[in-house]
Amino acid sequence: MKRTSKELIVGGIRTDKRLPEQAREIKMKVGNIFSANGSAEVRFGRTVALASVHGPRPLFPRHLQESQTGILRVRYNMAPFSVVDRKPPGPDRRSIELSKVIRLALEPALFLEDYPKATVDGFIEIIQADGSTRVTGINALSLALASAGIPMRDLVAACSIGKVDGTLVVDLNGEEDNNSEADIPFAMMPNKNLVTLLQMDGILTKEELMKLLDMAKKMCKKIYEMQREALLEKYKGEE
Amino acid sequence: MKIREIVLPGDLLGERKGRKLGAGVYEENDKVFSKFLGIPRVSENELSVIPLSGTYLPRFGDRVIGIVESVELSGWFLDINSPYPAFLPLSEGVEEFVDLQRVDLTRFYDIGDVIFCKLSRVTKDKTVQASMRDFESRKLRNGVLIKVTPTKIPRIIGKEGSMITLIKNKTKCEIVTGQNGLIWIRGERKDKAIEAILTVEKESHTIGLTEKIEKMLGE
Amino acid sequence: MIETYALELIQNGKRVDGREFTQFRDIEIKENVIETAEGSAYVRFGNTKVIVGVKIGTGAPFPDTPNEGILSVSAEFTPLASPEFEAGPPGEDAIELARIVDRGIRESKMIELEKLAITPGEKVWSVFVDIYIIDNQGNLLDAAALASVVALMNTRLPKLDVEGNIVKGEYDGKLPVVHKPITISVCKVGDKLFLDPTKEEELVIDAKLSIAVREDDKICAMQKQGNKGIEFDFIEKMVDVAIEKSKELRKLVK
Repeated sequence: MKRTSKELIVGGIRTDKRLPEQAREIKMKVGNIFSANGSAEVRFGRTVALASVHGPRPLFPRHLQESQTGILRVRYNMAPFSVVDRKPPGPDRRSIELSKVIRLALEPALFLEDYPKATVDGFIEIIQADGSTRVTGINALSLALASAGIPMRDLVAACSIGKVDGTLVVDLNGEEDNNSEADIPFAMMPNKNLVTLLQMDGILTKEELMKLLDMAKKMCKKIYEMQREALLEKYKGEE
Repeated sequence: MKIREIVLPGDLLGERKGRKLGAGVYEENDKVFSKFLGIPRVSENELSVIPLSGTYLPRFGDRVIGIVESVELSGWFLDINSPYPAFLPLSEGVEEFVDLQRVDLTRFYDIGDVIFCKLSRVTKDKTVQASMRDFESRKLRNGVLIKVTPTKIPRIIGKEGSMITLIKNKTKCEIVTGQNGLIWIRGERKDKAIEAILTVEKESHTIGLTEKIEKMLGE
Repeated sequence: MIETYALELIQNGKRVDGREFTQFRDIEIKENVIETAEGSAYVRFGNTKVIVGVKIGTGAPFPDTPNEGILSVSAEFTPLASPEFEAGPPGEDAIELARIVDRGIRESKMIELEKLAITPGEKVWSVFVDIYIIDNQGNLLDAAALASVVALMNTRLPKLDVEGNIVKGEYDGKLPVVHKPITISVCKVGDKLFLDPTKEEELVIDAKLSIAVREDDKICAMQKQGNKGIEFDFIEKMVDVAIEKSKELRKLVK
């Protein structure tokens, strides 16, 4: 819902000088947390997500164990200093829901059945937030899982799409997110053409929705290529 | 530094064409894909991928190094650097007859002891049993234990043991490699041996590694 | 096990209770079932039963919306409704359900929140929607969303005295409601799509897309659930099914 009187798109250009189908500058780095089995940092403009993976490791208490398969646990958390007004630490309703949808966005990509009774624990910390935090976190956790050597069907690439000032756009920043007519976090397994995260709030016609999904798919392919490069970068030596 | 080809999860390795599926791959509609970030091995008979990182998963017949984590009434639980502990039953760990009424099992192996053993049973839900009933299994005393990425062990051992033999010969150290990523080293020049092993681990995906290690230890 | 049977049936184009894939179980709606609430509804889909109560209070507005009333949706999965539900603070499933229902109501602009200011910038009406699960036999979300809409439509606003305090038990008009969002969860097993899953069917679902649709066929909220992915080209079909079915359910809401 639009809360500001400011025009967010003027002459087809967004407040941060982007075109509607243009993402912010994206940076990815794999393996920055030594203590974890796998880790990554992903930046979408000013939004910064850190992700780490611990495990597969034994799951306790024992009654949580599944004898046929391992489980994935995900915690999405925002640092108190990541937003303009300090956010009290600890989980809230939003972060509990997001932790669940992020888990479901990544689970389809994992061969958890290879680790009966065990758990793979994924942690996402948003240390700086400027919109699209959950999709930035998904991109980071997908990289962390691959670098931890967790067996996967494919990587998971994610982006946000939405409608701002009547225009369909990709990768909403914080201001756009707060004032959008619609906002859709989206994730998919690009090689499998499978959608693993799809949420929406706002108002859209079916035609607008279908157009946005096509834009999201295109953007995810680009993000996937960056994820590939980031993973290979870790194993590239000097010439 | 030249590197070997690396694949990512979901990368297509090729049509199956009746070939054997090795470790680290999966099949979908007769096409074979990688499960891991790793080095592909595609031959006329088999497709597999060696992961560049990951946790040790117990397999039947593996020779592993375990650390005693608890002493039970009729055996020992070993931490084998995996989400799944291995149980070493008394009968598989000690050859002599033991009167359980009178003998405390810590007399044989106590918490913290390091044991080289073989995995004699691994069930589908990863209940693991270890055994020491063979020639090579034994308690390892007085050495140091290092941890490497388990998937790098084959590279550290080398073709027909070439790499580990090179390191053993050059450093005059006693070295025992567990397939679970634990390596036990004893000897005066153990620092050199550790340095060499960690270099192989770090650069396992590069070409010309044997020469590099030879040079490193030759100095 | 019954769920294996349910799966086998779905793959063969049938269902445990003999329904068509897009057919809901029999739906019963009762309004004003709770006298102590300002608005309420009971909704039953087959054996799934949900009660929603709406309480109205007054409070300070949020700083970023000083002239709007406050909407808050919560859900409780009480242990009485299912052996799987545990007492204690809401778990992730209850929180997720409440937040999806919240988005359907909020984003559809069903309630004219801007008409709920009492003293702009200082005092506004607060609308608390509490979802109570009475019996869980599948498809809680669609039932809870429908019950919430019905309850909000019959919600009365309390009377205020000259000092602006609520006069208990007296009312002064109704909550300004202008849209009717209907939430339809489209379930997927392989290439089969079906609606209103039973508890057994829910156990075998690959994925589910819950879609809230307004009376002008606009989409106002979505949430993908389930632990498998959805083929990209399937999504349009799922949206079409939801838009079509929402018209039918909306007729039940007078």
